[in-house]
Amino acid sequence: MTPNPSIFAPLLIASLAVFAWGCWKRLSLISLGQPEDRLNNIGTRVGDMLRYAFGQKRVVSKPFGFNHFIIFWSFLILIVANTEFVLNGLFPNTFKLVKLPFELYVPLAFMIDIALLLALIAVTVAAVRRIFSPPYPEARTLEAFFILGLIATLMLASFGLNATELAAYMFKSGADPASFISTAQRIMPISAQIAGVLPQMHLGTIHTVAWWAHALALMAFICYLPNSKHMHILTAIPNCFFHRLEKPNTQPREEFKVGNTFGVGQVDRYSWKDLLDSFSCTECGRCQNVCPASITGKPLNPRAVIHDIKINLLENGAALKKGGTPQAPLIGDKGEGSVSEESIWSCTTCGACMEACPVLIEHMPKIVQLRRHLVESEAKFPEELLNLFENMEGRSNPWGIAPSERTKWCSQLDIKPFDKNTTEYLFYVGCAGSFDSRNKHVSVAMAQLLDKAGISWGILGKDEKCCGDSVRRLGNEYVFDKMAKENVAMFIERGVKKVITQCPHCFTTLKNDYRQYGLELEVIHHSELLRDLLQEGKLVLDKPTQEMGATVFHDSCYLGRHNDVYDAPREVIKAATSTAPSEMERSRNNAFCCGAGGGRMWMEEHVGERINLTRVNEALEQKPDTICVACPYCLTMFEDGLKDVKADNVKVRDVAEVMAEALLR
Amino acid sequence: MLIVVCIKQVPDTTQVQIDPVTNTLVREGIPFIVNPYDTHALEEALRLKDRFGCKVAAISMGPPNTEGTLKKALALGVDHAILLSDRVFGGADTLATSNVLAAAIAKLHTEVDEVALVLCGKQTIDGDTAQTGPGIASRLDYSQLTLVDKIVSLDLTAKKIRVSRKLEGRHEIVEAPLPAMLTVVRELNRPRYPKVQMRLAAAEAVVEVWDNKTLQLDEQKIGLKGSPTWVSKIFSPERDKGEMLGDGYADPAGAAALLIDKLMAKDMLPL
Repeated sequence: MTPNPSIFAPLLIASLAVFAWGCWKRLSLISLGQPEDRLNNIGTRVGDMLRYAFGQKRVVSKPFGFNHFIIFWSFLILIVANTEFVLNGLFPNTFKLVKLPFELYVPLAFMIDIALLLALIAVTVAAVRRIFSPPYPEARTLEAFFILGLIATLMLASFGLNATELAAYMFKSGADPASFISTAQRIMPISAQIAGVLPQMHLGTIHTVAWWAHALALMAFICYLPNSKHMHILTAIPNCFFHRLEKPNTQPREEFKVGNTFGVGQVDRYSWKDLLDSFSCTECGRCQNVCPASITGKPLNPRAVIHDIKINLLENGAALKKGGTPQAPLIGDKGEGSVSEESIWSCTTCGACMEACPVLIEHMPKIVQLRRHLVESEAKFPEELLNLFENMEGRSNPWGIAPSERTKWCSQLDIKPFDKNTTEYLFYVGCAGSFDSRNKHVSVAMAQLLDKAGISWGILGKDEKCCGDSVRRLGNEYVFDKMAKENVAMFIERGVKKVITQCPHCFTTLKNDYRQYGLELEVIHHSELLRDLLQEGKLVLDKPTQEMGATVFHDSCYLGRHNDVYDAPREVIKAATSTAPSEMERSRNNAFCCGAGGGRMWMEEHVGERINLTRVNEALEQKPDTICVACPYCLTMFEDGLKDVKADNVKVRDVAEVMAEALLR
Repeated sequence: MLIVVCIKQVPDTTQVQIDPVTNTLVREGIPFIVNPYDTHALEEALRLKDRFGCKVAAISMGPPNTEGTLKKALALGVDHAILLSDRVFGGADTLATSNVLAAAIAKLHTEVDEVALVLCGKQTIDGDTAQTGPGIASRLDYSQLTLVDKIVSLDLTAKKIRVSRKLEGRHEIVEAPLPAMLTVVRELNRPRYPKVQMRLAAAEAVVEVWDNKTLQLDEQKIGLKGSPTWVSKIFSPERDKGEMLGDGYADPAGAAALLIDKLMAKDMLPL
C-alpha cells in the first residue's frame, strides 16, 4: 500500500524542474522591464498585501468572489497536507501528520478535511457558473475547465487517500467499525464517512489509485502553473505588495533629453511592475465589465490590453534578452499580443478598471504610456487632436481662443486679481469655466458664492493658463511638461498656496500632478469648499430651493475615483435642496464615466454606443428633474446627451449652481 | 535637388490689438507663430522629400528671434534652416523682402544644390498682401504658380510640374517647367506634428544666419530704403452695431422668419 519513491521521485523532480524553469523564464522576462521603485512605505505595502491578497478584499466584493476566497484559503491550508503527501511519497512512513502531538494533529486534520470539502464545492460552483453564466463570454475556455477539473481531482483523490488510510487503520486495529467511524468523524468528518463504506478487500487498490491520481494531478498542476493564467497564484500576492501607493492616475514624468525614448513602443520599455502586472492577471474580466469603452462597444478591453502585453513579452522575450529588436509589434492590429491604436485612443482614463481589479493591476498608466509613444515618438494620433495640441501649446486652452479673452466671463463682476500679500485663495477658473459659454455660469455662481461667504479670493485673470490635464492623459507629455513648468513657476512667483478649482481635472492636476514638480498646493474642489463654508456657518441657507425638483448626482471620475471625493457634492446638494440626491445604479467608486476624460472630450466617438448616452439613460432611470454634476466636462456631456435623447424637461446643474439657486436667487 | 520653403514669423493675429491712439499693432506680449499658410508649404515640401528624397531648406527673413520659427521647421524635418537677418533688411515691404529672399535662394542654388521648387504660403496673416511669393518668382524668373491646392504631378527628370489652383468657384490645372515658385492654400494638406526627438534635436541645432555681408545686396534695394510702400495708418474698420431680431430662444421659427424677411427686403437672399 505504500507509494513507490523510485518512480515518484524522478517524476516529482521533473515536474519541479518544469515549474522552476517556467518561473525562471517569466521572472527573467519581468526583469527586462525598466527599473521603478516600489519599496517605499513597506508597512503600508504589507498591510495592503494582507488586505487585498490574503483578505481578498476586492475579490469578495462581487458575486462568486466568496467562492474564490474559499478556494484561496483552502489552498493555503492544503499546503500542509500536500507537503505531507510529497514527503511521504519520497520517504514513505517518515513524515505523517498523525505522528504529531494529538492536540496539534486533531485540529489540523479537521481543518484539512473541511478545506477539501469546501474547495471541492467551490470548484464545482465555479465550473457550473462558467458553463451557465460566465463572467464574460470568452471566459468559457478549455484552460479554465482543465484547471478546475485538476483541482477537483486533487480534492477527490485526497478524500480517497485519507479514507483508505483510516479504513486500513480500522481493520488493522480490529476496532469496532461503528464506534471507530463515529470517533474518526469528529476528527475527519468527510473522510471518515467515506472510510465507513469502503470495501476491505479493495482497500489497497483504491489507495494506490487515489495516491497516484493525487500525485499525477499535483505534478500536472505544478507543471502547468507557471505556464498559464494560474501563474497568478504566485504573482498576485507580490503584485498587491508592489502596487502603487499614490493614485495611479498621476503618470510618471519623462526626461526630455536627446537620445531618450518616450512612452512605450516596445514591451521592455514598460517597468518591471507593469510586466509583473501582466503575469498577475487572472482574466476574471471585472475590468472589462466596468470599462465604459468596452461596455459601449469600443475596441478597448482592459483585460485584453494586459493579456496582450503578456503575450507580446512572451513572443519577444528571447530576442529582447539578447538585446535584439522585438519582432512582434506592441502597438498594431496583429491581434493577440498587440494593442490596436483604436483601443489605445478609446480609453477615457476613468480608472474604473483599476478600481475593480482584485489584484491591483494598473491598466490606465500602461495605456497612457502607449499614447505617449504614439504622440511623442511617432506623431500619430486621431486628426482631431492636432488642433487641440497646437491650441494647448500656442494659446494654453483647448479651443485656441485668445488668452486675452480669459476674463470675459467676469466682465460684469468686480473681481480682484490674486495678490500675494492680501489674497488667501486663488480661484483657478480653468479653461471651461473661462471660455465655455455654459460653464461660465458656474464660474459666475462660484464667484458670487465666494463673495457671499466673505472669504478672501482672487483670480490670475489673463495670466491664468491651462493646467494641461488633457494633453497629459493623451500622452503629449512634452507639451504637458512645458505647461506644468510654466504654471508651477507662476504659482511660486505669485505666492499661491491655496487654490479653489471648479473642475476635477484642474483639481487633480494641480493637486497630484504638479507635486511631481515640487509644488505642494492646498487644492480644494469647489464642492468641498462649499461644504466647508456651510459647516463653518459662512454660508447660511435660509430655506432650501425647490427649483431643482428631484435630483440625481453623477460622480466625476477625476473627483471620485481618482481623488476619493464622494460626499462633499452630495452634502452640498442635500443642504441646498433639503433632500439627498438619488443615486444611480452605478455610483461613487463604481460610477460610470461621462465619456469625456482622458482627452476624449476633444475626440469624435464613432464606434459603438455613445458613452454619454449610456450614462444619461442611466441617470434618467431615477426620474430626475435635475442631474447634478461637479465637473465641466460632465456638464457638457450630460447636456449633449439629454438633447440627443430629447429629454428637454431635465436640466443639468453644477453643484455651485444648485447652491447659488438656494442662496442667492 | 533642393526645395526651398519661405516661412515667416507672424504675431498671433487673433491676439493682436490695435492701439487706438497710435493706430499701430500692439505687439507687446503677443506670441509669435509660424504664418499658418507657410505651415502648409512646409508640409508639402516635407512630403516631397519623403517621396523623392530631395533636400529641403527653410529660409526666413526677420529679426534674430525668428530663430524659433526656423527651429520649428527643423523639428519637422527640414535639412537646412537659414535665417536672413540684418538691420539693413529691416522695414522692408514685399518688394524689398522678395529681393532678399530671391538672393538667398540663388545662393542656395549655387552653393547647396539645384533648386527645383520654392514653396510659399499664399499670403501672411499680418501683411495679407500675397505679393512676396510672386515677387520671388519674378526676381528669379521661375514659373509662378499661385493658390495651389494640389500638386497633381511632379517630374524632376523632365523638370515639369502640374498643379491644381484653387480659384473662386473653380479649379485650374496648370503645367509649368521647373524651377517653379508655388504659393499654397490650406486645402493642400494637413501639416504634420513634430516628434519629440526632432524637437529636442532642433532645440540644440544652430540656425545659420546670413546677413548682408553674406548676401552682398545693394542697400538701395533692401530694407526701408528699398521699399516703395509706406504704411501710413492701421485701423480697425468701424462696424455698425447689429440688431436683435425676435426671440430666438422662445420662438426660433418666428425669429428665422423675421430674418428671412429682413434679408429679402435688403435683396440679400437670391431666390
